[in-house]
Amino acid sequence: MILDYLNYWAVAMLMMIGLYITMTQGNLVKKLIGLNLFQTSVFIFYISVAKVSGGTAPIATELSDLYSNPLPHVLILTAIVVGISTLALALSLVAQIKAKYDSIEEDEIRQQDSE
Amino acid sequence: MINHLAILQVVVPLLAAPICLIFNQGKSAWRFACLACAITFAISIGLLLEVNANGTIMYELGGWEAPWGIEYKIDYLSSFVLLLISGIGFLVGLGAHSSLSSELDEKRQPVFYVLYLLCLAGLLGIVATNDVFNVFVFLEISSLATYALVSMGKQRQALVAAFQYLVVGTIGATFFLIGVGILYSITGTLNMDDLTRQLQYDQRQFLIATAFGFMVVGIGLKLALFPLHSWLPNAYSYAPSIATAFLAASATKVSLYLLIRLYNGVFGAEVMNSFLPVGQLLMVLGMAAALIASIQAMYQTQFKHLLAFSSVAQIGYMVTGVGIGTFLGMQAALLHLFNHALMKAALFLAVAGICYRIGSANLNDFRGLGRQMPWTMAGLVIAGLSLIGVPLTVGFVSKWYLVLAAIEAGYWPIAMLALVGSLLAFFYLWKVVELAYFSEPEIKPSSTQTEASLSILFPMWILVIANIYFGIDTDLTVGATQAAASMLLGAGQ
Repeated sequence: MILDYLNYWAVAMLMMIGLYITMTQGNLVKKLIGLNLFQTSVFIFYISVAKVSGGTAPIATELSDLYSNPLPHVLILTAIVVGISTLALALSLVAQIKAKYDSIEEDEIRQQDSE
Repeated sequence: MINHLAILQVVVPLLAAPICLIFNQGKSAWRFACLACAITFAISIGLLLEVNANGTIMYELGGWEAPWGIEYKIDYLSSFVLLLISGIGFLVGLGAHSSLSSELDEKRQPVFYVLYLLCLAGLLGIVATNDVFNVFVFLEISSLATYALVSMGKQRQALVAAFQYLVVGTIGATFFLIGVGILYSITGTLNMDDLTRQLQYDQRQFLIATAFGFMVVGIGLKLALFPLHSWLPNAYSYAPSIATAFLAASATKVSLYLLIRLYNGVFGAEVMNSFLPVGQLLMVLGMAAALIASIQAMYQTQFKHLLAFSSVAQIGYMVTGVGIGTFLGMQAALLHLFNHALMKAALFLAVAGICYRIGSANLNDFRGLGRQMPWTMAGLVIAGLSLIGVPLTVGFVSKWYLVLAAIEAGYWPIAMLALVGSLLAFFYLWKVVELAYFSEPEIKPSSTQTEASLSILFPMWILVIANIYFGIDTDLTVGATQAAASMLLGAGQ
């Protein structure tokens, strides 16, 4: 029963782990790792939804008429690009924060700002 | 050409954005960006006239028929919001150059206009499209541009504010994406009209409500719906003044539009309310925002912070209107959406003018400003009166409709709380007026402290006059929101 929905269990766990890291870690880069994990879990969710049991990859061949739904794959390709752009922007922000504050720890940054 | 207006609305700013990079000077990039904004604005007027004459426009991208292809749908509501967003984009854009000259390096200015136009394109795209995944893409286009815009602020706190906004905004967008995924797995379609049809007869209410929950939380983060608003005050305060003027007037309005589209359109307010107390929840959160954020605004020492908290409070009013859910409630929410954009754009442009002259928006520096910058401060006071909801301004019209809606639906406490919120707004704005007009500056002002430049004053006064004009002649706004509200509530039944 649990094994039937293995993908979805993995999705839910990755999602929670990602969100937890983002919320609890004070290090900005670790926050981003959590955020990326969270986003990736959603990608797996879409790919799992697209699976048609017994279906092949969505390529038109004479071997099989049954193939997985290609649309979610395309959607997730877009979402992956969005995710990469977000990560790139976020890392460049972290680099600038490091240059201006000489730290990427949230509490140290906050302390510097309150001085 | 005229047939393609719907797509040109989004494509013009999107294509104009990278072109800004070829300019070396901020001034030429600014002229080009203003031209692009003007064309965008003209297109939105064309769309509004077209919709009023011939009804809803359906545009199929690349000729692919919906629900397979992506479809753009311009109806009363979206043409109204498109006009608002592109109008604000154009007016605020006019003031951008002189405001930026004191806040951003000449070399980085062209990049600012790239981001400004990208953000505008993203926001217009969210409003125009009729495809939920397309909404996500445009949401991210506008959000990524916004994070970068915020990070361009003069102080280093801008970087931290942008980072915080990025983390929260990405979580929000991803929540929205999860909702889209669940909807797709239920119905197999992404087209909003098609979704509405299929969800009506679907019995798996628990699953639908889950999708709805994810999407509303995601939008709530973007909308700064109380208590998900923690990113907003810092992002608005540390962003370049002109970026704040644009964002405060447009970004949250588009999120509210999206909420209305999904809640009243795709999911159907009645169906959702039979399963979850969504309406009550929105009312409670909206009123909590109006009270708590207004009180927080009273304790701010930075004028930008003060206005940012006031934005959270005003969003509360709009969400309350949506939550009430009656015809009048919806109309109040839409009216306030329009009116609040006019007020906040005028107020933040006034702040941009003040930052341009005295380099900060610290309330202590406002002492005696009424004499040094009479035109800026007069505009600020009129827009402030509108924010409070004084008769003959737009703020009064929308507050009036909200109170009427609350009384008509039997929610007396909401009517009372809305009035208390106005009173609080009076207190926090009075503080500014008192400093500006009734106290002496601590140090003698130097001769440089005069009026803001004309390119900021001109769009600001247009907005201030609009604040008064639409407060007296309510035919246009009330008529448009009436048509939009009846369309929304008719579709939900």
